[in-house]
Formats: sequence, C-alpha cells, structure tokens
Amino acid sequence: MSTLANVEHLPGAAPRGRVTQARVVLSEWTKLRSVRSTRWSLLAAFFFTIGIGAVACLVVAHHYPQMRARDKLDFHPLEVNLAGVQLAQLAIGVLGVLIITAEYSTGMIRASFTAVPKRLPVLWAKVAVFGAVTFALMLPAVLVAFFVGQAILARHHINVGFTAPHVARVLVGAALYLTVVGLFGLGLGAIVRNTAGGIASFAAIMFVLPPLMNVLPTSWNNAASPYLPLQAGEAILSTTPGGHLSPWVGLLLFAGYAAASIAIGAVLLVRRDT
Amino acid sequence: MIEAHNLTKDYGEKRAVDGLSFVVEPGIVTGFLGPNGSGKSTTMRLILGLDAPTAGRVTVNGKLYRDHAAPLHEVGALLEARSVHTGRSAYNHLRALAQTHGIPRRRVDEMIDLVGLHEVAAKRAGTFSLGMGQRLGIAAALLGDPQTVMLDEPVNGLDPEGIHWIRNLLKGLAAEGRTVFVSSHLMSEMALTADHLIVVGRGRLIADTSVEEFLRHASGNVVRVRSPQADDLRVRLAAGRDVSIEVIASGLLEVTGLTAAQIGEVAAQHGIALHELTPQQASLEEAFMDLTRDDVEFKTAAEPVTTDAAA
Repeated sequence: MSTLANVEHLPGAAPRGRVTQARVVLSEWTKLRSVRSTRWSLLAAFFFTIGIGAVACLVVAHHYPQMRARDKLDFHPLEVNLAGVQLAQLAIGVLGVLIITAEYSTGMIRASFTAVPKRLPVLWAKVAVFGAVTFALMLPAVLVAFFVGQAILARHHINVGFTAPHVARVLVGAALYLTVVGLFGLGLGAIVRNTAGGIASFAAIMFVLPPLMNVLPTSWNNAASPYLPLQAGEAILSTTPGGHLSPWVGLLLFAGYAAASIAIGAVLLVRRDT
Repeated sequence: MIEAHNLTKDYGEKRAVDGLSFVVEPGIVTGFLGPNGSGKSTTMRLILGLDAPTAGRVTVNGKLYRDHAAPLHEVGALLEARSVHTGRSAYNHLRALAQTHGIPRRRVDEMIDLVGLHEVAAKRAGTFSLGMGQRLGIAAALLGDPQTVMLDEPVNGLDPEGIHWIRNLLKGLAAEGRTVFVSSHLMSEMALTADHLIVVGRGRLIADTSVEEFLRHASGNVVRVRSPQADDLRVRLAAGRDVSIEVIASGLLEVTGLTAAQIGEVAAQHGIALHELTPQQASLEEAFMDLTRDDVEFKTAAEPVTTDAAA
C-alpha cells in the first residue's frame, strides 16, 4: 500500500454540483459496467441466444429428412432458431434481480442512498440503464441468431426470410421480451431486497406457476393461464398468432407486470429503512 | 452543524435511540462516545436518512439530509458497516459516487492519493483488508469536500500509521471550520482527538460536555496517601469531616473529599510523616466506565452485574 498523503495539505475544494437524474443515470451506467458478474451475465445471454439457436438449427437440419410428415407440418424455422432465448431469459432475469439485491447484500445501497438520499432517482436510473443495455445487446443477438440459423436451415430449403409474415415482429419482440424479463426481475429484486429470495420469486412466478396451474379445473386453468406473466410475454414470440392474447397485447400485459413490480418496489424503497 | 431534537428510533420492541437531543458545532472535533450497542451507529443512520426516526428530527446544516440538493457536498460519511460493492474496484466505486454530483475524475484521483490507495485502486474492493476498506470509506466521505464530516469508528482496523493519520486529518478538517463528528467506543482515542464529547448509553444522552470538563467532573477528587502512620492519619482525617477513606494496602490510603493540601496540613498538625501525597486524575477510560456502567448493553459473563466503584 502506498503511503498516506500529508493531511496538512488537503486537496482543494471539489467543484460543486447537484444531484440530477441524468447524473444518476451516468453513475448507474458506471456501476453496471464495472462489475464482472454483470458483464459475464450479459455476454452469456448474448452468446446463448446465438449459439443455442445455431446448434438447434444444425440438429433440426440434420434430422429434417427423417422427420415424419406431421412433425414437418408443425415445424417453424423461427421457433427452432430462437431456442437460445429460453436460456437468455434466465440469465437476464437473474441479472435484473442482482442489480439491486447485490447492493443490499454488499452494503453498497447505503453509499448509493447517501449520495442520492431521495432514492427514487437510483431506481429509475437502474431501470433506464439496464433496460437500454439489455435491449441494445439482445436485438443484435437475436438478429445474428436469425441470420446464422436461417443460413444453416437454407441448406435444406426450410428457412424463412426476414420479410416473411411475423418474422420481423417476432425478432424485435424477442429483444423487447428479454428486456421486460430483466426489468421484471429488477422490480422483484427491489421488493425482496435479498438475492436468494429475489431469484426464487422470479423463477417461481415465471417458471413454476404455469405448470402449477394444471391442478386447477381445466376451465379455470384455460381462462387464467394466458394471463400469467410468462405466457402473456411469450405471445410476442408466436409464429401462429390467434391465441388468447394477440402478440402485442400479450407483451403489453407482461410489461404491465414488470411496471407493477417496479412500482411496488419504488414505494417500498422510499418507505423502508436501509 | 448537526442538530438532533428528541431523536428516537425503535426497531420492533427495542428502543435503539431514546430522545437524543444534541448539537454538533463546526470548528471542533466532537466525539460521539458510547459502549457497543448504545445507539451511535443508529443515530448516524438517522442523520443520513438511511433510517427514518420513530420520533423527533435531525437536521444537517439546517435541513433534513434528504432535502439537500447536493448531499455529498454537505455531509461526508463513513459508516461502520461496509458500504462498498465487493466486486467493484475502489476507483470505479468512487467514480460512480462522484458522478451522481458531477464531481470530476480529477477529484476521485486526488482522494485515492490522499488515502494512499493509489496502487490498489484498480483492485476489487472485496479483496481489501479492513484497514484498506476504511481508507476507501474515508476517500468516499471526503469526495464532495463536505462541510460536515461524520465518521463511525474510523480507526477500526487501521494500523498505527493510519490511526495517527486519521487524528491529524480530523483536527485539520476542524481547523478549516468544518463540523467533525466522530464516534468511538474507545475513550482513549477520543481523548487524543476530540474537543467536545457527546456520550450515550442505551440510546440515551449521558453527557454533552467538553473533554476537559468531562475529566474534571469524573476525577472525583481522590488523593492517594502513603504514610508509615496510616492508621493514625486515617483517624485524624476522618474526625468530624465528611470524607471517605479507603485502605488500599498497609500504609496506603485513598481519600475522597479532601484536597492534597488539606490532608498535608492535617498530617503536619499531628506530626505524621507522609511518603506520598498524590491527587489522582481518573483516566478518561475510568471516567467513561463509571458513566456508562449501568448502560452497557452487553456485559461479559465474568463481570458482575453490579460493581462498586473502586475509586
């Protein structure tokens, strides 16, 4: 460790500025970039989306000649292609939780709220930065996955073009869907404040609740299930629209869940002791 | 300037801070003293608005902390609990805090140099020793060149060089006219740095006084007397006076209630030889123990619950 400076000569006055939302956004951008686990999670989501999509296309392309006619009818080149999104959503959802709960577990939140004692600007900045970064990263990931995957499928002439029906909507929708997944995780993290609890509640609501609905009478299950966060959000990925919720209505409902979780998190953030 | 008025904080059934009122003045170092668990850290969290008071209020430079437009320029705080993301480098930690106020990179570099973390600034804070963590916390506290500096147990984990440095730093900050508020559970530490003391026990105010006054009040006028005729002297001193005399050993007395001069005169009158006549200044540590004895939250099992004051 280097030696301590002579304190008889304290460095001069710091230029005086006030806290603004834009400055807090910049601060959150620095925070997001400067933690290794964040970078790894985002990179993982990026490469899962491309890599798993490519592998899935390779496997399908290999088996396609032996597939039964009925399976060939069910096959849609885009669904196989976006297999990686399934794993990417886990990485991004968990990262969303961590972005806020890691501040609580390390104590960083006290430094954050000492710098910004009104607190809410910190939450808004996290939402803006994480949302923007996720979308900016996942849109190219989905597009690259599409062009790589379709090039593989093209060898068997089972590919679709970008201008085919639903394709552009599904691709942009996938990036938006992943962004909302991340923000839903962030909202849950703000409510729960604890990493294990946050991840557990995210996984429970997204992935455990849907199969649990099967214990309900079929008519109830059919009536309620499409409105669960996961099903609503996945409507945007559908290549055969005409389900319960139209693609954009479904995504909007999912965004509503995320907004509600963030709003509850915001109320608690201001009220609770840190 | 920090002004607390009837500050009270309950955590469930437990009252951590109980009707505290005090003023921390600029230009001096004010020590915030109390045994562990006496509410010092809670009070500091209340000052920063990290916790909301159950009753009462506390302002910094005339306003609630959260109402300041540029809080880091008003108060720089080092909390006892670590407040750093373990996965982030020291430099990026300070940079992110600085950015909330538009404080430039140059100031971050200056603070890193000031606390001597230059060589490890790029390392993750999770790898830091306790002492390095304290230095990082102090750098964060001084980032905004604040008018009020509030440090919770700053010497914890520091090496002797670091402790010496902190003392000079605090005195330097006070000499510049800033408000300096430092907590400690170590009386001896405060004796070296503080000008004024706010003493708490179990969340209540015990004393709000200058260090000198605190000592004078606590020393209790005890005089140690050594004499070959101690028994004789004891009878003479006790005659018709309101004094208490304790026999420490054969030929050694401790007299409370008389000055050294009075004792010397009594001895001279009766031709009693004195080998020692020493006014005892209770150490700050003893004075502090006396004051807070009933307010110590966590007594060690070996220590009896009620102890008679030896002095």
